Amino acid sequence: MSRSDEHIIELKNITKTYDTGFTAVSDFNLYVRKGEFITFLGPSGCGKTTTLRMIAGFEIPTEGEILLNGKNIASLPPYERPINTVFQRYALFPHMNTYENIAFGLRQKKMSEDEIRRKVRRVLELVDLEGFERRSVSTLSGGQQQRVAIARAVVNEPEILLLDEPLGALDLKMRKEMQLELKEMHERLGITFIYVTHDQEEALTMSDTIVVMSEGRIQQIGKPEDIYNEPKNAFVADFIGDSNIFNGIMTGKLKARFSGGEFDCVDDIEKGTHITAVVRPEDVIIVPPGQGTIDGVVTSVIFKGIHYEITVESGKNEMVIQSVHSATVGERVGMKVDPDNIHIMIAEDHTNYFEADINSAFRLEFNGKVLDTSVTKIIRGSKRTEDGQIVDANGDVIDPRKMRIIAAIRPEDIEMTDQVDEGLVDGYISDLIYKGDHYSYVIRTDLAQDFIVDDEYLWNMDDHVGLIMPTEKMSFRLKK
Amino acid sequence: MKTWKFSRKSLGIPYAVFLLLFVALPLLVLVYYAFTNGEGHFTVSNLTGFFTDPNTLGTLCYSFAIAAVTTLVCLLLAYPTAYILATSNLKRKQVWLLIFIMSMWINFSLRMTALKEVLTLIEGNLARYPFLNAVVGMTYDFLPFMILPIYNTISRLDGALIEAAKDLGANDTAAFLKITLPLSVPGIISGVSMVFLPAMTNYVVLDMLYNSTYIMGSLIGSYFSAYNWHGGSMIALILLAIIIVFTVATNGADDSDRAGIGGALL
Repeated sequence: MSRSDEHIIELKNITKTYDTGFTAVSDFNLYVRKGEFITFLGPSGCGKTTTLRMIAGFEIPTEGEILLNGKNIASLPPYERPINTVFQRYALFPHMNTYENIAFGLRQKKMSEDEIRRKVRRVLELVDLEGFERRSVSTLSGGQQQRVAIARAVVNEPEILLLDEPLGALDLKMRKEMQLELKEMHERLGITFIYVTHDQEEALTMSDTIVVMSEGRIQQIGKPEDIYNEPKNAFVADFIGDSNIFNGIMTGKLKARFSGGEFDCVDDIEKGTHITAVVRPEDVIIVPPGQGTIDGVVTSVIFKGIHYEITVESGKNEMVIQSVHSATVGERVGMKVDPDNIHIMIAEDHTNYFEADINSAFRLEFNGKVLDTSVTKIIRGSKRTEDGQIVDANGDVIDPRKMRIIAAIRPEDIEMTDQVDEGLVDGYISDLIYKGDHYSYVIRTDLAQDFIVDDEYLWNMDDHVGLIMPTEKMSFRLKK
Repeated sequence: MKTWKFSRKSLGIPYAVFLLLFVALPLLVLVYYAFTNGEGHFTVSNLTGFFTDPNTLGTLCYSFAIAAVTTLVCLLLAYPTAYILATSNLKRKQVWLLIFIMSMWINFSLRMTALKEVLTLIEGNLARYPFLNAVVGMTYDFLPFMILPIYNTISRLDGALIEAAKDLGANDTAAFLKITLPLSVPGIISGVSMVFLPAMTNYVVLDMLYNSTYIMGSLIGSYFSAYNWHGGSMIALILLAIIIVFTVATNGADDSDRAGIGGALL
């Protein structure tokens, strides 16, 4: 397949703000090479579909340029763009049969009936639907409708094919088949594919390039292997594959401290730098207690078919491990990680994350202290019913005790106090750096959990302090 | 002896009795009168009489013309209104819709009396434009029944279909003509059947407007007030046949379209 360096489409400083004031996409910059298979990957609401819709012409960017072969098309209506879309739920025309659906685009171009017939037949062959011409689209199965939708788009020989979560409505088996078929079709047609999905596995399987998005911004652009092995930040690491992510600090040359232990690593980062460490579950090696970098107690073992998923708790830190060998709950184990397999990123933001428990009154608890908030405030749309249950926005009963809540608080929002008992947690100052106008402290609790606190006053190393964390400064989310 | 037990089916008994007494029985009486003469002998002369009497045929044609023009005017007024309402991003669409159909909430005779006064003011003598006045009155009365079904159909249309059409090269006009319009046909059909049939028979509208021309409803009324039970019954029966044919025909089209839309939603 020929994949040139020529940029077929380029998005420059694209921002989309809706009338409601909501910014769906901000300062989006991207170029796509001719013939490339590029995927926008991200959770729902990350702006990936909005970006696709701006390329298709259904939305006009608030700012920025969309250059197609060097020409700005940002305000061109969709019907004047040589771009076609495969819609999420296919959007086949229910009052037309398969043939007429596929011929729709060609008819708009006033093509002769002979030529239309020839092109429709050829594209039906491509999607393996020969003989389906006269079938009403409503009698087709999901997979067949999907193929008609693809045929309807590619028959126009677009320069770019946009696919908006096209496999989302199919069952798992069908989806796997279609993934391969789409990939094959891409190779055969040589058209540039821009694909949108929230399924990281789909993105890794199919794409030449992945654009990871979150909250309207590009988090990382790269080849699937790079995105998987070298995530640029905690979001990407968390979103692509299962990961253990820890806040930590560099303690020496090629030495990083996180999860209550000091690990050797291969990233040469200045001592004292706050870092985020990522360890893939398959890279953690279980060894006898005392022989690894850290020790912990096995809290759960789940058989996953080809491996066991073992959760080990060391202090307040948790490590998820994938291993072909099982372990026993309650067993004490050691853990080590090959330095090559520890991925260290300089933490851009030092937000402290910690896991809060939910008590019997559906209130949040941390370190044995009750927080001034409740579950219903965290799960959007949920409320407590009269009989003491929690229902979500759809009215379904949920059991919050099965959920885990991650609380986040920024370093500058935590206050240190000598009155150790006044704090939500207490610990000892294990590290401090002067950051120009304030000090950045690392406070380690008895359970080896580290909190990063910014304070303008100088405290001493090893001071015993309480940490006051106002609930209104915290943000909460459900752990997925 | 088996004791009687209350079941869900017995809930239907009151309606079954009603159906028997007020629908089935009168229908049989109607058929009996339609095919008998004054002496109680079987005859088809009422039927042949209807189709040979230029007066009755003229009334049928006149009613048909009023109903057709009323339906057309309603459609021309209702479709753009419903389309704009359904596709705009107005807030509180339902309130706007209510404003359009609010005339239904005002008492019928009050509405018609008001219309009569307005028309008198404009035309001077109402007798000058009987056909026009009939159409205006019927349109005023039946317009909401055209707006509602069309609005419902258009607002249920999947917006992605329009986007797909534009994506495939159709401009706004082409997308409307090839997608929106054909897919709103079920709504149009329900609207037409809810306007056309009443417009053929609802002579009360004409009475209220002091309109002395005859439509099918008034014709039946005049037969009965002249004690010609047999002729009146036959006309009622013919009208019933027309309604049945019309309903069956439109339902067929309606169902197939619905099935199409339903399938696409699956």
